[in-house]
This record gives sequence, structure tokens and C-alpha cells, in this order.
Amino acid sequence: MFELDGATISRMLTSMTLLFHAIFATVGVGVPVMVSIAEFIGIKKKDPHYTLLARRWTRGYTITVAVGVVTGTAIGLQLSLIWPSFMQLAGNVIALPLFMETFAFFFEAIFLGIYLYTWDRFKNPIYHWLLSIPVVIGGTLSAFFITTVNSFMNQPQGFEMENGTVTSIDPLAAMFNPATPTKVFHVISSSYLTSAAILAGIAAIFILWKKGSTYHKKALKLTVTFTFLFAILTAVAGDLSAKFLAEYQPEKLAAGEWHFETEEGADLIVFGTLNENNEVENAIRIPNALSFLAYGDFNAEVEGLEETPVDEQPPLWIHYMFDLMVSIGFYLLGISLLFLVFWKVKKWNENNRLLLTGIALAGPLSMLAVEFGWVYAEVGRQPWILRGFMTVTEGATTSPYVGWMFLLFLALYIVLGTGCIVVLRKMFKDNPAELELERLFPQVAATKEDDQS
Amino acid sequence: MSYELIGITVLWFFLYGYLIVASIDFGAGFFAYYARVTKKDHIINQLISRYLSPVWEVTNVFFVFFFVGLVGFFPDTAYYYGQSLLIPGSIAIVLLAIRGSFYAFESYGSKDNAVYMFFYGATGLLIPASLSTALTISEGGFIEETANGVQLLYGELLTSPYSWSVVFLALVSVLYISAMFLTYYADRAGDKPALELVRKYALFWSSPTIIASLTTFIALSQQNLDHFQRALELWWVFGISVAFFMVAVFLIYIGRYYGLAFIAVMLQFLFAFFGYGASHLPYILRPYITLTSGVTHESMAIALIVAFIAGLCLLIPSLILLMRMFLFDAEYVKGKK
Ligand code: HDD
Ligand code: HEM
Ligand code: HEM
Repeated sequence: MFELDGATISRMLTSMTLLFHAIFATVGVGVPVMVSIAEFIGIKKKDPHYTLLARRWTRGYTITVAVGVVTGTAIGLQLSLIWPSFMQLAGNVIALPLFMETFAFFFEAIFLGIYLYTWDRFKNPIYHWLLSIPVVIGGTLSAFFITTVNSFMNQPQGFEMENGTVTSIDPLAAMFNPATPTKVFHVISSSYLTSAAILAGIAAIFILWKKGSTYHKKALKLTVTFTFLFAILTAVAGDLSAKFLAEYQPEKLAAGEWHFETEEGADLIVFGTLNENNEVENAIRIPNALSFLAYGDFNAEVEGLEETPVDEQPPLWIHYMFDLMVSIGFYLLGISLLFLVFWKVKKWNENNRLLLTGIALAGPLSMLAVEFGWVYAEVGRQPWILRGFMTVTEGATTSPYVGWMFLLFLALYIVLGTGCIVVLRKMFKDNPAELELERLFPQVAATKEDDQS
Repeated sequence: MSYELIGITVLWFFLYGYLIVASIDFGAGFFAYYARVTKKDHIINQLISRYLSPVWEVTNVFFVFFFVGLVGFFPDTAYYYGQSLLIPGSIAIVLLAIRGSFYAFESYGSKDNAVYMFFYGATGLLIPASLSTALTISEGGFIEETANGVQLLYGELLTSPYSWSVVFLALVSVLYISAMFLTYYADRAGDKPALELVRKYALFWSSPTIIASLTTFIALSQQNLDHFQRALELWWVFGISVAFFMVAVFLIYIGRYYGLAFIAVMLQFLFAFFGYGASHLPYILRPYITLTSGVTHESMAIALIVAFIAGLCLLIPSLILLMRMFLFDAEYVKGKK
């Protein structure tokens, strides 16, 4: 691997850190929302099952937050360590949201600390629920701020470039660039979606393997309902993202869709392969659908990749990233809708094994969709690190030791990943929901409500 | 006051804040492990974990604040420090990551796991050592700018008496600050056996602290005479620091007013730290970055300061809430909640 040039290894190291952090960050943004919802329902319905759900989710969340925080700290430092020239330039323009992001974390961290240790401290449980609101706000705000930084890398504005130095800096214009609205919307909605889908997957696995009690069935209904809602939101946001790309970053959309020539009424190419002449084979063609995705009009003209200079074209394999992300998006929408239909139609059993297996898969798949989405968005920006201003090669460190650092961090993520899984498994295996319910709410467990359903 | 001066002052306050809260945390990790090895863990570990559990994340954020703010106010630091600190910086990240996550694994997951405890204790000493490199190289003479970018001169760094005395100072102050705080905390908790133990630690680590401060001062005169002379001009600041040190040790020695003693420790480090910082100026990284050459554009500086003030308005009430619930809630400290 040491034959690779510094910029390539730097990219590999950054990709590895970001993709690893993305797992925990996504969960970090979304799970507090689900916790807050469950606790609220528990209070309103006076149903301890939901309160217990919130409690157990929070407990698992503390582990993922810890890994999210440490890997986030790693990226924050790595941005300067690995991309010193980029940060020197970009730091002048986009430092504001990076700085504010730390405030959002701080806010979240403080209230998470309080939330965790005050479950039984208030007479009126609604006060404890109120403490979850700042945690939700903090997580979502941090996603908002960091995503504006990423948007800026795609659509830099708010400054002028004069012989290599930046002038006339407008921090707010840099932050609220044309990429910000769609990107923020899509990142946040997909984080909510992924968290709901993962929690649904866990509930489904419990019912599949251990029969599951009323507790797990309630958890499943709640999480699948929200998976469905957030899946709609994410699809809308993804559609808006594509419309944004068509207007502002056409080369990314064109490379992602294998759309080589500018034309009206463009077809959407789904999967397929490229032969040596870059012609598409084995693909499903949906007539005029690309025009619709890009402009909301089946006959609109969509710019092809031919209009971008060859050395500024992103790699073509990102097509698969886009297709996989979208396929998973539709899968999540479909499976959650199916469950809801089975649940509402009294004659059908929503807890049949096939449906549950489908939901169990939804969790890992949605996380994969997040990863595919990021790879599509970031590699689709190639060769730029700051689109139109600086390429990744110009931004990378010239230190000869990045290769070793790659190995060091690989080892770190293996340790963190394994530790996280081991601890989470142990935490819930040693303390099943039924036992905890009995301990915390003996009067409910005594009524044997569990046997009725 | 100019923007750059406001900026560096704010950042320095954050670094100072990190120095205090992180030292408490790092040292506590070491003491917890040490107590386990010497079979005294039943005496103090309960105390340590009751304090640490709610606040460890907050500690980390202080650090993130500092480096994100530094790059924001002084973007050139990203280039020079980023290029030269790739290896020490990465090692520090790995240690911080292991520490933070293992702490969470240990306290929320598998309790009393010996391996986790060991890493938790060891990283508590290694992190201050690796982070102190950044301060060492800021004195100049350790990095070189070539056509191929900035490089750190590892040979110089590893053979310099100054760099080793900084490492030594970092280690002993961590243990000293931490022991001082735990003494105060044990007293609040009314935990007599723990108090006796940590009070001994505190007294033990006080003399190395003052010796290390002196040797670092002498080593500085070898490394950077200019900085040393400016520090001498601020002799009274360091004098006040030493006076607070004596107050703190005296109070611990007579075994009363532990709260005041810890405040004296904080003031001791506040004065020493700001004396060091003020005499370091105008250089941020000698000789490449000065306060005025490195500062960001005015519009960004204003935006950062405004964001900072707005952020404080949000955070200070929340922090007060956190402290009232855990640190100063006598019932909680005593373990009744
Ligand atoms: C659960 C995750 C998930 C799902 C189901 C989808 N996406 Fe997505 N997508 C993301 C998660 C994601 C992401 C991780 O959040 C990305 C990466 C960068 C970004 O802005 O969001 C993303 C990026 C991204 C981009 C690039 C935006 C840019 O670079 O500015 C487009 C055009 C789409 N998505 C479109 C879609 C469409 C049409 C979907 C159809 C349902 C879809 N996504 C489902
Ligand atoms: C502060 C905002 C961000 C910065 C400064 C940043 C920086 C970078 C850099 C320098 C690279 C390597 C160059 C490249 O390959 O394009 C990269 C790649 C990547 N980033 Fe971003 N990024 C940011 C936000 C994000 C976020 C929020 C994510 C997702 C969690 C992300 C995911 C990725 C991925 C998956 C790659 C790999 C692309 C590849 O293989 O080339 N990035 N990013
Ligand atoms: C869209 C992608 C990202 C999202 C949604 C996100 C969100 C989060 C969240 C929610 C946390 C808190 C830990 C948790 O609750 O799990 C976190 C930690 C962190 N993230 Fe990310 N992040 C993303 C990408 C990045 C990038 C690219 C950077 C680099 C600038 C970064 C820097 C950090 C830092 C420094 C922390 C630790 C803060 C602390 O010490 O509390 N994040 N991130």
C-alpha cells in the first residue's frame, strides 16, 4: 500500500474515519428522537412498556455516543492533520459552523448527562421528558452545522479568491450556500430513518428468535410506523437533492446516472454495466424518468457528462452507489408499508416470519444506504476537495507517514467496533426486558398482560 | 482590545478549562487503577465513578472547542501544526479514543473489567505527555519548512531537555490537580477513609509539581531565551502562582478548608498558565505564526466572537444545572441518589 501516493492514502484514511464515524453519528442524531417519542407515549398512555423502551434505548445509546464522540474528535483533528492546506484555506471561510457545531455537542453532552442520571428524580415524569428535548435539538443541530460545512465543499461561496489568498469573506453566505437546504434535509431525515429502522430491526429479531413479549410487539409497531414516516421524508429529500444537483452540480448527477449526452426526455438507467466503449449494457431503462428526477418534468433537458472537462469528471462507479441507496430507500418504504397494512387488516398476521425477517434486514440495510449515499456524494465531488478551487491532491498533507497512520487508525476502529458490539450484546443479554420490567414496575408485570396477545 | 487578542484569550481560557477538568479526569483514571493494584479500590473507586460518570463527555468538548476555535481564529495553525503534528497528533487521538470509549464500556457495560481499567489508567498519563508536544514545538526550533512542506524534526524533539521537562511537568501536574480535587470531593461526600487516602496523594504530588515547574523554566531559557526573558518580566504573575500553591498545600496539610484549597490550586494554574501564555506572545508558533500574521479575516473573527457569546448564553445556564445536580448536590455526592 505504500506505493500509493500521499493524496490517495490521505483519502483512504479520511474515508475510513468518516464512514466509521457516520455509523455512530447517524445513530447519535436519530435515536434521541425515538427515545423522546417513546418516553412521551409512555407518559401519555401511562404505559410502562414505552418508558422501559426509552430507558433501554438510552442505555444502548450511551455506548454509541461514546464511540461517536471519540471518532468525531478524531475527524476534527484529522481534518487539520491530513488536509492542512485545505483547512488553512477553508478555515478562513467556513470556521463558523465548525465552531458552532462544538456548541451543539456541548449542549447535547450536558443534557445527555443529566437525562441519563435523573430517571427517578422527578415526581412528575414530564419534567424528565422535557430533558430529552435539548438532547434531540443538540444532536440535530450538530448534524445541521457539520452538513453546512460539507455543503460548502460542494458549493463554495461567500469569499473571493485573489492570487491564492481569500478576501471579502462572508461567513453566513458560505454557510447558507445553495447545497445547504437539500443536503441538511436529506442528512437529517435519513438519520432519523436509519435509527428508526435499526430499532425496528432489533425488535423484529427479538420476536423472531425469542418469541418476544408484548413489550417487543409494541416496540415493533412504534418503530415501524416511524420508519415509514421517515422513509417518505427521506425520499422527498433525496428527490430534492437530485433536483439540486441537476441545477448546480450536473457532473455529479450525470456521472451517477451514466448520462453522457445532454438530451431532453432523458431515461433513468438503473444498475447495468459499462462495456469498453463506455456504452451501457444490461440496464433497466425507465423512460424519461431522469428528466423527472432532475426537473420534475418528463421532457426537461438534462446536462450530460460530455459537458464537463475530462479531468474534472467524477469516477463512473458511483452509479452503483446511487442505485443501491435508492433501492434501499424504496425497500424501506415498501417493507414498512407492508407491515402497517398487515397490522391494520385484522385477518392478517403482521408478525409472520417473512415480514419480520424483512424488517430485521431493514436496519443494516438503512445503515448501508447512509454509507452508499456518502460515498456517492463525496466521490462524486472528485477531483475537487473544494469544488472549483482546490483539488484533493493540493489539499493533502505532504508528510510521508500517512500510510502508517492509516494502519494505526484501522487498528483503532477494529478495537472500537468490536468493543462496542461486545459491550452492547452483554448489556442486553444479561438484563432481558422481561426481568427489568418486573424489577422496575412489579405491579404491571404481575398482571401478566404479556400472555394476552 | 483587538480581535486577535480577544480570540487568543478566549482560546487560552478554554485550554485552561481543559487543563483543569482533564487533569482531574486523567489523574482519577490513574488513581483508580493504582488503587486497584494496591487493593485499595474499595475505598475510592465509588467516589471517582460517581463524579466522572456524568461529566466525562463535557471534558472532551473543552478540547474540541480549543482546537476547532484555534483553526477558526488562526487558520495558519491548521497548516503548520497539521503538517508537523501528524504522528504525535494521531497518537493522541488514538489514546483519547481508547480512553473515552473504554470508560463508557467499563462504566455502562461490563463493570470492573481489569483490561478496561488498565487502559483507562495508562492513557491518563500518556495523553498529557503526547498533547504537551504541541506546546513544546510552539517554542520554535523543532520544525522546518522545506520545499516539500513543513516537517517535524523528531531528533531534536526527542533529545531536547526542554521537551522532556514539559512532559514531566504535564504528568505531575495532572496527578497533583486530580488528587487535590478528589480530596475536596471526598470531603464533600463525607467519606473519611477515601479522604485520608487521596489527601496523602495530594501532599505527595505537590513537591514534584513545584520542582518540575522550576526545571521547565530553566530548560526554557536554554530553548528560547527570548521567551524566558519575557517571562521574567512577568515575574510577579508567577510569584502569585507560587503563593497560591503554598496556600493550597498548607490548607491540605492542616486538613481544613478543602474547597478553598482547590480554588487556590485553580488560581495557581490560572496565573502560571496565563503568565506562560502572555510571555509566549506575539508568537503562536515561533517563528512562523504571530498573533497578527495568523489571524483570520475581520468578518470571520466578528462572527466567531458573536457565535461564542451566543453559545455561552446557552451553555452557562446548562452547566450550572449540571453542577447543581451532581457536583454540588450533597445528596448525590454522598451516593444517596
Ligand atoms: C437511509 C439512507 C438514505 C436513503 C434511503 C436515501 N438516501 Fe440519498 N443520501 C443519503 C442517505 C439516503 C445520505 C447519507 O444522507 C447522503 C450522503 C450525502 C448527503 O447529502 O446525503 C445522500 C445523498 C444523496 C444525493 C447526493 C446529494 C449531494 O451530493 O448533494 C442524492 C441525489 C440522493 N441522496 C438522492 C436520493 C434518492 C432519490 C433517494 C430515494 C429514495 C435516496 N437518496 C435515498
Ligand atoms: C466537515 C465536513 C467534511 C469535510 C471537511 C470532509 C472532507 C473530506 C475529504 C478531504 C475527503 C477526501 C477527499 C475525497 O475523496 O473526496 C472526504 C471523503 C469522504 N467524505 Fe467527506 N468531508 C466532510 C463531511 C463529510 C461527512 C459529514 C461525511 C459522512 C459522514 C463524509 C463522508 C466522506 C466519505 C464517505 C468520503 C470518501 C470519498 C472517497 O473515497 O473519495 N464527509 N471528505
Ligand atoms: C453528517 C455527518 C455527521 C453527523 C450527522 C455528525 C453528528 C455527530 C454527532 C451527533 C456527534 C455526537 C456523538 C453522538 O451523539 O453520537 C458527533 C461527534 C463529533 N463529530 Fe460528527 N457528525 C458528522 C460528521 C462529522 C465530521 C465530518 C466532523 C469533522 C469536522 C465531525 C466532528 C465531530 C466531532 C469533533 C465530534 C465529537 C464532539 C465531542 O467531543 O462531543 N463530525 N458527530
